[in-house]
Amino acid sequence: MTNEELIGKLKTIVKPYIKNEEAFKNMNEQTDFLNDLKINSANLVDVILDVETEFDITIDNESMEKMLNVKAAMDIINTKLAEK
Amino acid sequence: MTTTEILNLLPYSQPFLFVDELLEVNENGATGSYTFKTDEFFYKGHFKECPITPGVILTEAMAQIAVITVGIFLGQEKIAKTFSMPDIALTSTEINFHAPVFPGEKVTVTSQKKYFRFGKLSCDVKMMNSTGKIVCSGNISGILKSKKCE
Repeated sequence: MTNEELIGKLKTIVKPYIKNEEAFKNMNEQTDFLNDLKINSANLVDVILDVETEFDITIDNESMEKMLNVKAAMDIINTKLAEK
Repeated sequence: MTTTEILNLLPYSQPFLFVDELLEVNENGATGSYTFKTDEFFYKGHFKECPITPGVILTEAMAQIAVITVGIFLGQEKIAKTFSMPDIALTSTEINFHAPVFPGEKVTVTSQKKYFRFGKLSCDVKMMNSTGKIVCSGNISGILKSKKCE
């Protein structure tokens, strides 16, 4: 999967929870889920559960705490996919 | 953990406690009941001269009876270790209302856990009146944090 494809999938996942349309439109590797997209921390849990379903992976507590921006999410997803 | 212990750990008191009895609490859900007293404080204003239980109060009763209790059950090891209730915060509600609840009515609430992950508990809940008719139903979610409320 290319980075663009991965970001595309993440965009679909986060869409229901974002509160900043502008940041969402320009979402890139540097985008922060909480500060830029204004996703609240409770909904970040839903984002992570949707990531698990979409990629058929399990996110542990340690990875969850790191998954605060697009880049970190991509790294974690790629690592978990490689472990499969 | 017994239902009596869970009832005693609930962080509410009069006039904002809406739990009389817990019939069952386990890791997958809870069932309990409450009878709205005829002199509850909100009947004076909702509505003027026509008391009906407000939807926000029905939502609160569902959360207290069948979501917080499941949260306490799931967090019992942490509670035992720290001798304190975790901080709890409501994070979302999505409720449909089907029938009115009048003063003096007894309601029974049942929940089914959807997930408990990363400290967030999400439950599907429904409230029934004494005739078994569904009064309201939907989803309530909240967050459990381990630090104590000061």
